[in-house]
Amino acid sequence: MRKIIELKNITKSFDGEVVLDNISLDIYDNEFITLLGPSGCGKTTTLRIIGGFETPDCGDVIFMGEDIKDVPPYKRNVNTVFQRYALFPHLNVFENVAFSLREKKVPKDEIKRKVTEMLSLVALKGFEKRSVTSLSGGQQQRVAIARALVNQPKVLLLDEPLAALDLKLRKDMQVELKNIQKATGITFVFVTHDQEEALSMSDTVVVMSEGRIQQIGTPVDIYNEPTNAFVADFIGESNILDGVMLEDRKVAFAGHVFDCVDAGFAKREPVDVVVRPEDVDIVPEDKGQLQGVVTSVTFLGVHYEIIVDIKGFKWMIQTTDFCDVDEKIGLYIEPDAIHIMKKSEYSGMFGDYSTYSDEMEEIGEVEIGELAEYEEQEAAPAESETEK
Amino acid sequence: MNRKTNALVQRLTLTPYSVWAALFIVVPLVFVAYYAFTDSAFHFTTENISRFFTATSQLDDGTGMREVHTYLVIFMRSLKLAVISTVICLLMGYPLAYIMARASDRTQKILLTLIMIPMWMNFLIRTYAWMTILQDTGILNGFLSAVHLRTVHIIGTESAVIIGMVYDYFPYMVLPIYSVMAKLDVKLLEAASDLGCPGPSVLRRVIWPLSIPGVLSGVTMVLIPSISTFYISQKLGNGKFFLIGDAIEGQYVANNLHFAAAIAFILMVILLVCMALMQKLANRKIIVA
Repeated sequence: MRKIIELKNITKSFDGEVVLDNISLDIYDNEFITLLGPSGCGKTTTLRIIGGFETPDCGDVIFMGEDIKDVPPYKRNVNTVFQRYALFPHLNVFENVAFSLREKKVPKDEIKRKVTEMLSLVALKGFEKRSVTSLSGGQQQRVAIARALVNQPKVLLLDEPLAALDLKLRKDMQVELKNIQKATGITFVFVTHDQEEALSMSDTVVVMSEGRIQQIGTPVDIYNEPTNAFVADFIGESNILDGVMLEDRKVAFAGHVFDCVDAGFAKREPVDVVVRPEDVDIVPEDKGQLQGVVTSVTFLGVHYEIIVDIKGFKWMIQTTDFCDVDEKIGLYIEPDAIHIMKKSEYSGMFGDYSTYSDEMEEIGEVEIGELAEYEEQEAAPAESETEK
Repeated sequence: MNRKTNALVQRLTLTPYSVWAALFIVVPLVFVAYYAFTDSAFHFTTENISRFFTATSQLDDGTGMREVHTYLVIFMRSLKLAVISTVICLLMGYPLAYIMARASDRTQKILLTLIMIPMWMNFLIRTYAWMTILQDTGILNGFLSAVHLRTVHIIGTESAVIIGMVYDYFPYMVLPIYSVMAKLDVKLLEAASDLGCPGPSVLRRVIWPLSIPGVLSGVTMVLIPSISTFYISQKLGNGKFFLIGDAIEGQYVANNLHFAAAIAFILMVILLVCMALMQKLANRKIIVA
């Protein structure tokens, strides 16, 4: 695959506050790449630097082998789908999509052909004469995509394009965006704070936090092999424990020595251990490697989410078997379900579900627009948790 | 509180405003119309109205005396000066409004205050101030001769009247345009730039069409008072540029109330038609590339 964009050692600060701290990232042709991270992690700034709306303090932006750091947005072969669409309210659907073609003085019949083609790609045929303000959120979103794609850019930048849509529509648009990306073969750089969205749509996920890239990888890599506690915590649910690597493929945590599949650590090296809630088997108390007491049970439809207290550390376990609160159970963990990470600055910050509700407050600091969605996703289990 | 008493309360609280509006807006307008269509014995007549269109007088247009329609000439002159002033206000005000809307909060506040300060001063005093500046022996010429430049004769010319009008009505042009521009979503400008528009194109294709409502209300707020202005032309034009406002004032002072009302009435009708047309223009969805 061919490199289309290279970000080299980009640093950017606003009013003395470092937003991007020495970011380097390669983006390949025909790829669906997602910048994922909590609010304020620098993902949108990265996108705006590629789009040309921000200039990095230092570092290079290479576009197809050329440094474009000082090229203004209107000369870049990159188009953007803005967070709240930014459609031109004084123009109808057709003219919004035709906007860039008119600027380039494309002949009239060609404009008509291209716009029609784009509108059918986003399933908005017949909406040409409609005013954009009369459209629903989902329809405006499609106009924004058509408008950005009509120019056949090399790269399409999408800044949280689905954030303003309701859950159902968002799911539909995820599939649709993915299909559009495949159909057009254009590189999509997608920004989101929604990990599920990132995992389901992307070829490559870039996890960002505090202006730094934490991990770059395929969705499966990111989920199964998180590089540090931040990534493990941000992507899906994780129990993150302090452990000690005894030798290759032997790790001790929670007062028990487990077989695992990781190797290459120093003898007795302290490590972070990640166990995903769905990877823990519930067994009778005497047959488990660990024993604990169930402190809360939440029914989530597909499975139960139960919190188990094991020597003061609260584990989250997702299971289809019902357990009662105060029941004593045994836990069994397969070697390949244990994932070992090197210690990092994020060690000890995440992973214990006794602070589950506190975690909610932290999430509550994200901006208003994102808040609603977090609440949608997280509020239900958290509330029932605190009620108990 | 049930809905009925709620409605009653609402109506009661509105009463003072309704009374105020009736007393000081509707009644005077009715009087103007009443006077316009009656003679001195208060019998119905259209003579005052037709006099506006038919009255003639001798005018020296440089090639000799000519017979002209007095009030139509005066009206056209008023219109010309008002249009010129409005255009100047727009040409100066639009860029200023744009710069203000894009400036930092602090700069915006300072500029706003600077624009409004002259409005705190009395209109007559402002006009007198311009007289002292523009007089043949005034501040401007004093400055010009001090730096050994040729002095200029401005007072008593159309230029002086236009300068006065532009100065007085400029804030009414800037403020409505500024308020529209300040609300303009920066993302729209970024989107235009993203879609291949260099700066001038962004201005022409996005900023200008979206600021038209502000421009229209600015134009209305400058054009209308400057058509009917009278004091500025007397003081800065040395009375040589008799405007429609001067005509109304003259007739009123001469105790010719009915004809004064007729001129005012005609002016009002013309302005109402203009405003209706502008509103129509503003309400139309502007779909141009």
